[in-house]
Amino acid sequence: MTTAIAPVIPRSRGQRLYWTFADGCVIARGNLVHLARNPAAILNLLLYPIVMVLLFGFVFGSAMNVAGGGDYREFLMPGMFGQTMTLGVMTTMIIVANDAARGVTDRFRSMPISRAGVVLGRAVADMVNSVLELAVLLLCGLAVGWSWHRGLANALTALGLLLLLRFALIWVGIYLGLILTPESAGAAWMPLMPLTMLANTFVSPELMPGWMGALSEWNPLSATVAACRELFGNPGWGGDSWAAEHALPLAIGWPVLLTLVFLPLSARRYRRLDR
Amino acid sequence: MDSFAVVAEGVRKRFGATQALDGFDLTVPEGTVCGLLGPNGAGKTTAVRVLTTLLRADAGRALVAGFDVADRPAEVRYRIGLAGQNPAVDEILTGRENLEMWGRLYHLDRATARRRAGELLDRFGLAGDADKRVKHYSGGMRRRLDLAAAFVLAPRVLFLDEPTTGLDPRNRNEVWQAVRDLATAGSTVLMTTQYLFEADQLAHQIAVIDAGRVIADGSPDRLKSMIGGDQIDLVVRDAADLAEAARVLAAAAGAEPVADPDARRLIAPVRDRIGALTEVVGELGERGVAVEDVALRRPTLDEVFLSLTGGKPAPGAGKQAAGKQGAGKQGAGKQADGEQSDGEQADGKRVAA
Repeated sequence: MTTAIAPVIPRSRGQRLYWTFADGCVIARGNLVHLARNPAAILNLLLYPIVMVLLFGFVFGSAMNVAGGGDYREFLMPGMFGQTMTLGVMTTMIIVANDAARGVTDRFRSMPISRAGVVLGRAVADMVNSVLELAVLLLCGLAVGWSWHRGLANALTALGLLLLLRFALIWVGIYLGLILTPESAGAAWMPLMPLTMLANTFVSPELMPGWMGALSEWNPLSATVAACRELFGNPGWGGDSWAAEHALPLAIGWPVLLTLVFLPLSARRYRRLDR
Repeated sequence: MDSFAVVAEGVRKRFGATQALDGFDLTVPEGTVCGLLGPNGAGKTTAVRVLTTLLRADAGRALVAGFDVADRPAEVRYRIGLAGQNPAVDEILTGRENLEMWGRLYHLDRATARRRAGELLDRFGLAGDADKRVKHYSGGMRRRLDLAAAFVLAPRVLFLDEPTTGLDPRNRNEVWQAVRDLATAGSTVLMTTQYLFEADQLAHQIAVIDAGRVIADGSPDRLKSMIGGDQIDLVVRDAADLAEAARVLAAAAGAEPVADPDARRLIAPVRDRIGALTEVVGELGERGVAVEDVALRRPTLDEVFLSLTGGKPAPGAGKQAAGKQGAGKQGAGKQADGEQSDGEQADGKRVAA
């Protein structure tokens, strides 16, 4: 074993930045290989949207009304997009909690890897995963008669808002993943699932009991979903409340706020793993 | 300071109500294997975590490869490897992909990372399974892959936290051999273990840790002589023969045996293991003393630990004069209770987690 093993030790700011991205890419790549090699995850990625669209679009959908009228499946799809982005926080949380429990996080921390690179890798992998989820769901939607009606630019803006929400939730997921055990991270869908429904995702808040409707309208997820309905030209957007009338700014404001709160929190939590 | 790979001075670390490290001192010379021996909850993992920059100590100072772990963690991280209690390898990737990934994360360029992965797979005996996914690996293979990952940069100091816990004897031997090879190649290894025989097999230096501090430190021979070394454990069939058997054993061992009349058992420390055993068996046979069981055995960790801490020996265990000397060195007042020797302290788990 006489090979010289010379690691690059970044000294300048530029080199550090370069290695942050390089580390991020290596970690993201490893995570994406996981996805590609895990048949259950792929099946889940494909099957979940199909089952949910069929279940809500046709089983429950037959009994659903949209406030202000309109086709329920047209109303449903933006809700499904938003819910899927929100539940993505589970993926982040579970992987972060598992890495911490299995000692992977410790190995990273004992290595000269940029801390930001580790997080960047996580973020890139999660975003790629979410783009795939969104693409599958989009195709499902088109298959059951959903479409966008206000041009491609608006439709792309809507997709951007959905991914913005997902991006914000990465920080929530990292923060919670560093606090929770893998078991409790896995159990988190229990409170999370109802929270994605206590919104305008599946039912118009106007049709809920007063207090519940108000709560639902202020759900950050509702802002994104309402803004998407508006941009796609799908039925069910608008309303009398301030939140419903300002869906678009809220759909940007909520994720920005979440990021501003949880990005520093998760960075702090990561730094404090040494306490 | 250059001749020491690890120097810890008065390191303290507290988790809530638990004082995990309470004035931890240790020096490990460059190029040696040090076994950090102690029961669960003694502070072994906490010590490793402080030395590998994972935990910040409340007080004290620690230098690894010449750099202060608190002030220059980045420098330390380029010079150490860590294999934790659970192999932190990626199950979905193959062995080769794992090592290439870790190599890239150690900032080797792609070609070097690839070449290094190949070398390590050869060296750790994984070349034949290099392209299998790790989830199909045995426990020993996983551990070896984990060691290989810790060794990507051929670090000056390797930290191995209970590297053989949960392995069967064959897999354990594989890991032992890998550790020996690393030491032969010039790395300093600091490994924690709960097993005296493991430290005995691998280490040039054994540090016994209890309640967050090192209570004995030295070569395996020195430590063993401090605690009495091997012993003959004899059970006679008839309690009436105990006195005569004790005389025979005393003559052969050159030390007064400890008797446990209820179990018809006698225990005496021995130096010339086989000679003493042959003499005892022959002599007892000549005198017609029926022997139910006779064995040569090493002190268990419990006995070592209890004799070092001056606690009462476990039932049936010999309390030896040499052990008392060891206890005397610590000063009085330290009592080891049963809970500590049981080793399954809740605190220990939390500290390890």
